[in-house]
Amino acid sequence: MEVRLEGLTKQFDETVAVDNLTVTLESGKLIGLLGPSGCGKSTTLYMISGLLKPTKGRIYFDDDDVTDLAPEKRGIGLVFQNYALYPHMTVLQNILFPLENLRINRKEALARAVEMAELVGIKELFDRKPSQLSGGQQQRVAIARALVKKPRVLLLDEPLSNLDARLRLQTREEIKRIQREVCITTIFVTHDQEEAMSISDEIIVMNKGVLQQKGAPQHVYNHPINLFVSKFLGNPPINTFEGSIKNGKIYVGDVELGVTKFKDQDVIIGIRPEDFRVDENGFMVKVDEIDCIGRDTTLHFTLGGKHTRALIPSDSVLGNPEYVHISVKPDKIHLFNTDEAGELVNE
Amino acid sequence: MSKSKVMWKRFRERLAEIRWEVRRRYYIFKENVNKKTAKPKAAVKGFFKKYLVQPFKKYICNPIKNGYVKFTKTKVGGFLHKYIFHPVAYFFNRFVFRPLGQVFNRNFFHAMIYLLPALILLCIFTFYPIINSIILAFYKNYTPVDKMFDGYTLDNFRDIIARPGFVAALRNTAIIVFISVPISVIISLFVAVMLNSIKRLKSFFQTIFFLPYVTNTIAIGLVFSYMFDYRYGLINKALKVLGIAAIHWKDAQASYFNAMTTLMIYIIWGSLAFKILVFTAGLQNIDKQYYDAAKVDGTTRWRIFRRITVPLLSPMIAYITITSLIGSFKTYTTVVAIYGEEGRTAGGKDLRTIVFYVYDYIMGGKALNPGELSRGAAASLILFGIILVFTLIQLYVSKKRVHY
Repeated sequence: MEVRLEGLTKQFDETVAVDNLTVTLESGKLIGLLGPSGCGKSTTLYMISGLLKPTKGRIYFDDDDVTDLAPEKRGIGLVFQNYALYPHMTVLQNILFPLENLRINRKEALARAVEMAELVGIKELFDRKPSQLSGGQQQRVAIARALVKKPRVLLLDEPLSNLDARLRLQTREEIKRIQREVCITTIFVTHDQEEAMSISDEIIVMNKGVLQQKGAPQHVYNHPINLFVSKFLGNPPINTFEGSIKNGKIYVGDVELGVTKFKDQDVIIGIRPEDFRVDENGFMVKVDEIDCIGRDTTLHFTLGGKHTRALIPSDSVLGNPEYVHISVKPDKIHLFNTDEAGELVNE
Repeated sequence: MSKSKVMWKRFRERLAEIRWEVRRRYYIFKENVNKKTAKPKAAVKGFFKKYLVQPFKKYICNPIKNGYVKFTKTKVGGFLHKYIFHPVAYFFNRFVFRPLGQVFNRNFFHAMIYLLPALILLCIFTFYPIINSIILAFYKNYTPVDKMFDGYTLDNFRDIIARPGFVAALRNTAIIVFISVPISVIISLFVAVMLNSIKRLKSFFQTIFFLPYVTNTIAIGLVFSYMFDYRYGLINKALKVLGIAAIHWKDAQASYFNAMTTLMIYIIWGSLAFKILVFTAGLQNIDKQYYDAAKVDGTTRWRIFRRITVPLLSPMIAYITITSLIGSFKTYTTVVAIYGEEGRTAGGKDLRTIVFYVYDYIMGGKALNPGELSRGAAASLILFGIILVFTLIQLYVSKKRVHY
């Protein structure tokens, strides 16, 4: 089912948590709401769930306007950040709890609970209390509890933040698999760009309550529309320089990086570390440090007065060279305006 | 020398070398450890060591030690040391002083310094009287004037139970306990949940509900006495407005049922304050996300209360039930506040509780008669036994029912 937000705004006293958010979340996809802490992504999620009332704007599930509907009438499943499993109930009772509210008869409820438990792989844990489960298992129970009433939309609030690193990778795959199997629109919130990039079909990058960019993860990564998005995505982060365009050529200081069709102006140049390459015809840089980690090597050097990282294949440099000739892959230079918004240069 | 003997000699030499090497390294290691862990000594400590400890060792310990060493060098002294003094000293050191030292170590004395004030007061005013009253209950014909008694007996218990009114007192106490405690727990739970769900004026209402707790019981009792008055009381006036005939609540014509109801209303109202306070505190500790989760699942308010609030609050409920159960068994002041020291209505309806009996034997000069004080002690022991049984039952039940 498609979720459509129109001009959604949420104001807490003085601060505007979400500012005029208009976006359509396609049906059956796994969508990641991504942004730094306090950018309003959780607020957006809770507004979709109905636990928070928007100050302005409408929320549509397909063509139904659900803005004024109570949470239980929207047909959503919500998984909380700390799972909110009832500590006094067993896993089975926890999963059955939503069904008891719907007054579904016990036999069918049990069948559905078993089906869900099999889906998330916790069937053998039915008689345990939440305190006897590991973080990952609790997470699965929470997902099963959210899914058991067959919601139209599944909402996950920071699903991986309470898990340790190894479990995080595992659960990531698990969430993706579960979403594929039940095939419902799933929206999850995260501040970890790697997490969002790895599992979502589509990501929505937000900052200070404002939508920045929406699209497939790889597309957003390759074509960030502003400086914030380019900086927020990618690890190691993008290198940025203050440079200028002169006669169709891009300069940082007096180093020429490439050509462009835009007019002469000052710009902020963003280059991802992996978009550098070793090139005999390129410019020469003095290597400050060189880290060789298996397949990739990180070169540290100073360009335009800024510390710069370049990620290059290990076999393209030999030994510990003092100077390296490098260049930038064509079409991989991102040019942003120097003003605060930092939009892409378009003229 | 044969070849094997040479080899043995070399082997032993090598062994000795290794031993010396190990020892040398160990000392170096120890020295380093000491260097690392040695703390700079405080000036005061150094002063004491220099002018008290060292002279003491030098002029008192060392002469004694040297004298003893000299003594052991003699034939008799050597014998005594080897077969008597040393084994005895070893024994005491190993099996007496060292274990004692492990118990009465520095931590123990530190703990004692903190515990001692409370411990002394508890011993004087709690433990000693408890033990004393238990013994007292078994004395025969004890007179507090000359502290004389004729041996031990169980008659005190028989006398107490056989006394007119004691069974009635048991019944009164039971009624008060088993009606007032559940009702007040349930009412205060509801009030606490209501208080927790309102947003505005929350602390104002909390204060209002807490007021009875800080007000004097007797003062409240007097107010209630006036309120339940037949002719001038607020309650009867209110009933009149509603068109109900005035009720004899607590005067000479009041029935036992009415008198008990009056008492019960007063007890319940008075005990609400503390319970509400505890429950509101407990409610604030419950994670709000449980309620959000329940809301998303479309749980009704009543089901949220029954399936989430009550189970999550169950440790608090158990605690409150146990303490108020014990408190109600000891009901005394509340009855006195409404019906006076006699514990009877003017019409002679008996509302005394067990504690009245305990007081009865102590107050009013009765205690000076032989054996009376012992009967009071016996009554209090019976009360203790009843409370103990109920508390154990309660603990057993709550262990099964209270979650996590």
